[in-house]
Amino acid sequence: MENNNTRDANWREDLRKSKSAKDRTSTPRVKMPELDGKYRVEHRLEEVNQGLTAEMALIEATRCLDCPDPQCVTGCPVNINIPGFIKNIERGEFLEAAKVLKETSALPAVCGRVCPQEKQCESRCIHLKMKKEAVAIGYLERFAADNERISGNIALPEVAPSNGIKIAVVGSGPAGLSFAGDMAKRGYSITVFEALHEIGGVLKYGIPEFRLPNAVVDVEIDGLRKIGVEFIKDCIIGKTLSYDDLHDMGFKGIFVASGAGLPRFMNIPGENLNGIMSSNEYLTRVNLMGAGCDGCDTPVLKGHNVAIIGGGNTAMDSVRTARRMGAERAIIVYRRSEEEMPARLEEVKHAKEEGIEFMTLHNPIEYIGDENGRVKAMRVQRMELGEPDESGRRSPIAIEGAIIEIPVDMVIVSVGVSPNPLVPKSIAGLDVSRRNTIVVNEDTMQSSISDLYAGGDIVRGGATVILAMGDGRRAAQHMHEALSK
Amino acid sequence: MNKIVSKEHFSEKVVKLVVEAPLIAKARRAGHFVIVRSGEHGERIPLTIADSDTVAGTITLVVQAVGVSTQKICALEPGDYLTDVVGPLGQATHIEKVGTVVCCGGGVGVAPLLPIIKAMKQAGNKVISVLAGRSKDLIIMEDQVRENSDEVIIMTDDGSYGTKGLVTNGLEEVINREQVDLVVTIGPAIMMKFVALLTKKYDIKTVCSLNTVMVDGTGMCGACRITIDGVTKFVCIDGPEFDAHKVNFDEMLMRLKAYK
Repeated sequence: MENNNTRDANWREDLRKSKSAKDRTSTPRVKMPELDGKYRVEHRLEEVNQGLTAEMALIEATRCLDCPDPQCVTGCPVNINIPGFIKNIERGEFLEAAKVLKETSALPAVCGRVCPQEKQCESRCIHLKMKKEAVAIGYLERFAADNERISGNIALPEVAPSNGIKIAVVGSGPAGLSFAGDMAKRGYSITVFEALHEIGGVLKYGIPEFRLPNAVVDVEIDGLRKIGVEFIKDCIIGKTLSYDDLHDMGFKGIFVASGAGLPRFMNIPGENLNGIMSSNEYLTRVNLMGAGCDGCDTPVLKGHNVAIIGGGNTAMDSVRTARRMGAERAIIVYRRSEEEMPARLEEVKHAKEEGIEFMTLHNPIEYIGDENGRVKAMRVQRMELGEPDESGRRSPIAIEGAIIEIPVDMVIVSVGVSPNPLVPKSIAGLDVSRRNTIVVNEDTMQSSISDLYAGGDIVRGGATVILAMGDGRRAAQHMHEALSK
Repeated sequence: MNKIVSKEHFSEKVVKLVVEAPLIAKARRAGHFVIVRSGEHGERIPLTIADSDTVAGTITLVVQAVGVSTQKICALEPGDYLTDVVGPLGQATHIEKVGTVVCCGGGVGVAPLLPIIKAMKQAGNKVISVLAGRSKDLIIMEDQVRENSDEVIIMTDDGSYGTKGLVTNGLEEVINREQVDLVVTIGPAIMMKFVALLTKKYDIKTVCSLNTVMVDGTGMCGACRITIDGVTKFVCIDGPEFDAHKVNFDEMLMRLKAYK
């Protein structure tokens, strides 16, 4: 097998010639096999998307035209060599495809599942210009990563000889893991400090098992362990150890990726009633703590009529979890229309298949409790869309007098998160924005303290797994350059 | 994994555990708490740190067996391990010399009160401690409190020890007798509510330490939210100590029942 994966490699040229562009573009996009909506409501932990078969992946890979100037790569925050891995799938070299992915991504099996490809790589696919559906890059990425994991032949990336320089990473979510992987490959000695009792951050406590199985995350974390990354859990930088302690321990650089911790509430009457909680609390209880599983001590409330406030991916994760936990009626309450919803189309589609109701153009204004302090109803204001706001989306305006009351016995508030001030506040001299995000140079991710870099939601305030990973990758590159001077 | 070094029974249901946690022992201040988990399927629960020994690298926790998790923890023996101990969490107590400080502790609340009593005394305050419990065997850590207080008043509901009456009776007696500059109270929410009502009447600044439901303990979940002066705050990162006159105790009492 030829290991050169560049576009001018002989095998790529031969492959391009093997099938006409017309044949490639006329092949319809593959459909992701998925569990039936009714079945999956009853089987909470089973992954909805089943993954492509090898036959499906081989056909889908032929759809890629192997463009001379592939725009998909520029749409990827970690610049995966997309045609490089897809053409390896087409020629049947599945393990080599996984290797190409790992050159730039620490978590391909995760990204293949949770990235919004339709807004990134796939949105730049040449097929769209020809009014065809984009190549299913995300599905293929997942296929290559899963195939490698299942095969047991997991390749480790090449690691430079140790340079003995100690680097600390604060937080083991996507930004921290991506940074850790890139720095370990460059020969640094990496220690990742995690506040929780599990490694993985939002990948573990936030995203449900039916969308991203923990076992998949654990294999990627094990891969990092194998290239020398050390993980320390139950350790909060700024509390257990200070920034100065890290220096005393010999760390020469620090990457802060502590995430967007604080859940936002709406500050409306009755919001502190029992039965009303943040999506972070609900998902953490179920995903991280195993609430609802036999033998787990952590309790979780169950509701018959559950409302989820918000229209993002976390709202979809929450509402779909509530349905699986036995809610007869699970409703998304969103103040704009479905068109403005930030959730991925796939999540909305899956939610609908699972019997989730969508109450768009509605906004809660008050919660009403029973004699025990548990929520029993919510008052909801009908909205209409006005002019676009600073986000570019049409802003919701209350329709005067159009207020209805609906019975609910549980409400999950999923209207966004703010950065957790715990880490930034503990470091004297660190430049922090009004919104509590760490201020960094956008190119280098360096903060106002020269040896401290930051990325992910602690900088962005609330974004995606892949943007966090892109930050980790950029921070690694620039910290390495600074330390090499 | 954190090893339990020693264990002492204060009463049938109240246990003192000394636990290996060298980094926390070094970093903690009065008022801080930890999140503890026992077993791979265990729950994360907050426990306030009662004491620490930086040389031995240990912290002291006082636990009352009331639910599944606290029962599990109380059943652990020296040599056993807690699965996770993370901290120190929360804001440390603000310690300064104000004059006379009355520290009111109820039940196991005396344990987290002890480091505050010590720190207040060290800061040069006159410290009067009022310890309360239902009966004699529920009065804990009396000797250590005495060592660090100018005066100790014991109150029991049944009169089996000290004076018969509630913590508020003991506190009011002091208030009527001398100038009190600050009251610190830790105990059951209902007790702190009545302490706050009493001191409000006399317009004496009062600090309480709240023990609410928590999951992560770092601001991530919001399970611990309470209303302070009409504004929602998180006990884990904004607290656990608050101006007792501003706490909506009725809401807190209601929220404590969420999982009961």
